[in-house]
Amino acid sequence: MSANTATAAPAEKPVFYVRDEHPHGEGGGTMLGFWIYLMSDCLIFAVLFACYGVLGANYAAGPSPRDLFDLPMLAVSTSMLLISSLTSGFAMLAMAKGRVAATQLWLGVTILFGVAFLSLEIYEFRHMISIGATPQRSAFLSSFFVLVGTHGLHVTFGIVWMIVLIAQIGRRGLTQANRRRMSCLAMFWHFLDIIWIGVFTFVYLMGMLR
Amino acid sequence: MPSPIEAKCYMNLLADKRLSCRDMPSLDMPSPVTGWDNRAWSVEREEYAAAVAGLCQREVGTLGRFRIAFLLSPLALLGGCSAVVLAPAGDIAVQQRDILVQSVILMLLIIIPVMVATALFAWRYRSARQARYEPDWDHSMHLELMIWSVPLLIIICLGAITWASTHLLDPFRPLDRISSQTPITEEDELLTVNVVALDWKWLFIYPQYGIASVNELVAPVDRPINFQITSSSVMNAFYVPALAGMIYAMPGMKTQLNAVINRPGVYKGISANYSGAGFSGMQFAFRGTSDADFDAWIQTARQAQVTLDRATYLDLERPSQNVPVRHFADVDPELFDAIVNMCVDSSKMCMKDMMAIDAGGGLGLAGARNLLPVAAEDRRGPGAVFGPRPSYVASIICTTDNPSGLVARDLHRSVVPPIDTDLELPLLRTSTMQPPAASADPFDS
Amino acid sequence: MPDSSFSQIVFGRLTLESFPFSDPILVGTFTVVAILGIAILAAITRYGWWGYLWKEWFTSVDHKRIGAMYMVLGIVMLLRGFSDAIMMRLQQALAFGGSEGYLPPYHYDQIFTAHGVIMIFFVAMPLITGLMNFVVPLQIGARDVAFPFLNNFSFWMTTAGAVLVMASLFIGEFAKTGWLAYPPLSGILYSPGVGVDYFIWSLQIAGIGTTLSGINLIATIVKMRAPGMTLMRMPVFTWTALCSNVLIVAAFPVLTAVLVLMTLDRYLGTNFFAGGLGGNPMMYVNLIWMWGHPEVYILILPAFGVYSEVAATFSGKRLFGYTSMVYATIVITILAYLVWLHHFFTMGSGASVNAFFGIATMIISIPTGAKIFNWLFTMYRGRIRFDEPMLWTLAFMLTFVIGGMTGVMLAIPPADFVLHNSLFLVAHFHNVIIGGVVFGMFAGISYWFPKAFGFKLDPFWGKVSFWFWVAGFYVAFMPLYLLGLMGVTRRMRVFQDDSLQIWFIIAGFGVFLIALGIAAFLIQIYVSIRDRERLADLTGDPWNGRTLEWSTSSPPPSYNFAFTPVVHDNDAWWDMKQRGYVRPLDGFRPIAMPKNTGAGIVLAGLSLALGFAMVWYIWWLAAASFVALLAVAIGHTFNYARMFDIPADDVRRSEDERSRQLADSGATP
Repeated sequence: MSANTATAAPAEKPVFYVRDEHPHGEGGGTMLGFWIYLMSDCLIFAVLFACYGVLGANYAAGPSPRDLFDLPMLAVSTSMLLISSLTSGFAMLAMAKGRVAATQLWLGVTILFGVAFLSLEIYEFRHMISIGATPQRSAFLSSFFVLVGTHGLHVTFGIVWMIVLIAQIGRRGLTQANRRRMSCLAMFWHFLDIIWIGVFTFVYLMGMLR
Repeated sequence: MPSPIEAKCYMNLLADKRLSCRDMPSLDMPSPVTGWDNRAWSVEREEYAAAVAGLCQREVGTLGRFRIAFLLSPLALLGGCSAVVLAPAGDIAVQQRDILVQSVILMLLIIIPVMVATALFAWRYRSARQARYEPDWDHSMHLELMIWSVPLLIIICLGAITWASTHLLDPFRPLDRISSQTPITEEDELLTVNVVALDWKWLFIYPQYGIASVNELVAPVDRPINFQITSSSVMNAFYVPALAGMIYAMPGMKTQLNAVINRPGVYKGISANYSGAGFSGMQFAFRGTSDADFDAWIQTARQAQVTLDRATYLDLERPSQNVPVRHFADVDPELFDAIVNMCVDSSKMCMKDMMAIDAGGGLGLAGARNLLPVAAEDRRGPGAVFGPRPSYVASIICTTDNPSGLVARDLHRSVVPPIDTDLELPLLRTSTMQPPAASADPFDS
Repeated sequence: MPDSSFSQIVFGRLTLESFPFSDPILVGTFTVVAILGIAILAAITRYGWWGYLWKEWFTSVDHKRIGAMYMVLGIVMLLRGFSDAIMMRLQQALAFGGSEGYLPPYHYDQIFTAHGVIMIFFVAMPLITGLMNFVVPLQIGARDVAFPFLNNFSFWMTTAGAVLVMASLFIGEFAKTGWLAYPPLSGILYSPGVGVDYFIWSLQIAGIGTTLSGINLIATIVKMRAPGMTLMRMPVFTWTALCSNVLIVAAFPVLTAVLVLMTLDRYLGTNFFAGGLGGNPMMYVNLIWMWGHPEVYILILPAFGVYSEVAATFSGKRLFGYTSMVYATIVITILAYLVWLHHFFTMGSGASVNAFFGIATMIISIPTGAKIFNWLFTMYRGRIRFDEPMLWTLAFMLTFVIGGMTGVMLAIPPADFVLHNSLFLVAHFHNVIIGGVVFGMFAGISYWFPKAFGFKLDPFWGKVSFWFWVAGFYVAFMPLYLLGLMGVTRRMRVFQDDSLQIWFIIAGFGVFLIALGIAAFLIQIYVSIRDRERLADLTGDPWNGRTLEWSTSSPPPSYNFAFTPVVHDNDAWWDMKQRGYVRPLDGFRPIAMPKNTGAGIVLAGLSLALGFAMVWYIWWLAAASFVALLAVAIGHTFNYARMFDIPADDVRRSEDERSRQLADSGATP
């Protein structure tokens, strides 16, 4: 330990540790961590978009977007998702005001719109499969089903999460932990909206124009 | 006595035709590696001169030139004189070797000092020695400048070499020289070889001669060759180390390699990308021959009893290992194109036709069911567990108007000649294959 | 046959034939593994360690324990991966002169695939993750990572992946495709067996663990640094860990996605990577390398961090050029994404594309070169102590520059055309991974071992291991460089040219030397545990260290620091020692710490069941484990009481104990 004696202590003693520490509890990095998770999820979507970009025109002499997509119905399902984003925002506002029942109610409304969106998607998928436009038919259809389906799976997961959160808020109220979860959920839900806008534009609109 | 040994090695290489006369180092030049003055030789010197003169009567005059291979002779010796990448026989591989050597020399400019300094500093500043000690010295603008700029300069040089050589030695680029002395002239007729990687053997088709061979590749010396490479099933890499670098062989795609062999001899050819159980046996001999020998070989091949048509190919395509050399006298001229387009079985729609149809917007809902199952003997398993049977796009489309079937590519060409126009196929919209429910559906707008 | 369909429902495609009873090598291996396993389990039961292991280790959320478990996993898997290496070398040394060697393609092709997968995913990744887990919170003056439960879960997911790979050895087969499983060969039509499915599911499960651990460590480093520790005062190891985790988070989702697509191709018959119906195998190759290239920097960056810490500590000197070291790390992080195509120059991209990626690759050598110079000038005018970590560092500096040089050679497309897929390439990446990552891990292990366990590793056996490893590396891989120049390519099972055999025999001898190095390392651990009294470190600072982890006791208390340190310099602990830091002896407060939880191991166990069921088409098990997975995950979110307080008295007791230790060691308390 020769180093200890190398220099004399300076006149003014620097502070080397926090004497008076306030416990900040858990969850300090949650929002950041969740944000990073969303970015990593975004990369998964980026890969799927890239696949669609590369394979989206490989119909293998089968049907193309124009044969399959129904834009009016898509407008309906898109508005379902966008409205659900709005209602999830209302849930956040209710939470900010500390209203437990209103928060739960708005979450419930969000779930309904999410389910409506999902139902339309499932209907679309079923219809396409019934007319032979299966994911196995061409690379275009594979990448279409997987990109849109992955988004749908995320929506499903979001709905499950909301149901769980409604129960948790019911049990414990709007505690610190539940508020954090609400914030994460809201980020997740809006993130899915943004992804959907990408899907809508890149897959459906541009597909119809191709 | 390093130099006489080198001389001996070079003489052996020359005798084995693994080095050309051009590659023989001059007697009048001291070895740049060992510093040995060749003029001090006595017996060996004469032996060497005689051997070289005997083997290279025509080229004695060019012996004075200094070759880069000479620089590498110790390495070549180390490799039992068989480091083919460093002493190749084709001009492209020679140039690739030169790049390799140049880059090593450039990098050694910095690597050697670093290694020496590492050892030196570790020794000088070991704690027992109590050398000068500056525990807080951690920054020097000059040094920082040096440690960033010197590698940068070297990378700039290497980058320039890379940019130029990558374009110059692009395997797709036609050759502009036969060797460093001989530019390509009008008389040099390009030899085209279609290469197909099969499970697990190589098929070489010579479209100009109408012959084909399995696991044997022959080319005349100093004649530019254009290899067009594809694969029947999985990825492989076509590689003749003595001739030129490797290039992948991939199904449904065509890669190219332009190369030339400058010295006669038998060289090793391999698949350089693992392709399954028979991979190790996927080897072939590449023979560089004189024009006369090449013609003789073509004649031999022509005398083979078997012709290579689609049926023979589909049979040949089946997996087999360590396949002996085979020749085919007559080759279907459209075969290679069909292989590349994955439609040797003519019931399959060719990739290029499919792409043309896709560019026009596909074949609509009717096309959705235009599939045929892959025959059981053409696959190694039942396919995906939750998927339909493995299937392919049929080249023939049955419609109400044409119940006997219509070849899709003909249909496409005759109905809509310009590919990029919007493909409207009323013929197909009324197809019997369309499910009846579909028309009443909100999606069918 | 109702019987067979019944067995199909219950066992999927798992039948008695799936077990390789007829293969003497595998039966032998299985017997040995089974006996060893039973012996270990019996010993644990006999000494009643189950409770201890479960409570103190398996369910622990303490980053130090999790780090140690990662290291154990990495070392155990190293033995498996290395056995594969021995078998390959033996096969290649024997298969000459018409001999087929001793391994049929069925077996050999699995071995080289498994070797690559295991060494990268289940040796190198656990080792670097373990090291980062252990060191980073200590270096930044934190008490744990940002998400302690997630950390435990990540570890068990990695372990579940490893277990699945190990299962493939005795139940069924592993992939016979090469470690990156290029389609179409890895597609269902050319690889219908379970091998590629094992590959997919083990990597998918382990990859999820790795991504989560990456998110965790980024949040930890960004949010939990001690007061005063600005970004430019972070220890270099923490910097490299940050960059490495950024790479993980930005690269592993690509792997997840590409594996999902491959799964869909294989299970549903979609057409992403199979030709015919419009799929494109080149897309797989691009995507897998968009993950795969950053992956090698994920591995090497933390090793660079280790060398930086070791070089500064054992030279007794500040790290030369801290700032340029940090920027070099950042530049490497960014460039890691711009070079993936250099793995397939030979697939026919245009000259300009190839040249771009080639030059981008070379540019990486500039910051890497700057790092080498920085270590070099850290030694300059230092007081170098040649303890084991420093030996590894020196060996790294000398070895890695060779690997760097051959790497730049491979980055020049025309040169790559003759070297790609050759043994030269194999020698190159072993040169950088052994000479860079493995040496770095050994440097890190011997450097931080006393911090983790309170006693140093035995220096004699450490040196024995070091010399065998280094000598073995050169003997094993220099011949491969040469063979590459002779035009010999990788993954060959038999050779026709007998003149090559001698080089393979030499390489085989090199592997034997490395085996001795590994044995010496294991002996070193045994001897060190046996002689732990002699090797004990009571000071907590055995190497005269420079960063915060050396300011606490060895091993650190569960809360790491009784008081959060305040940082004034990038060598925080060195600065504290220089300026007369006095350890606080009173005023302790209760410390809030996360509680242990068994949820991580349960979730990972269910993931393992799900993966196994998917590999073998046991659908009921897949469905059941998936539902259970969801249920446990949701159930876990209902657990709100995740923290507890360590009472101030307990803190005082353990700090007093440390004061006694310091007094015993003769250092100032």
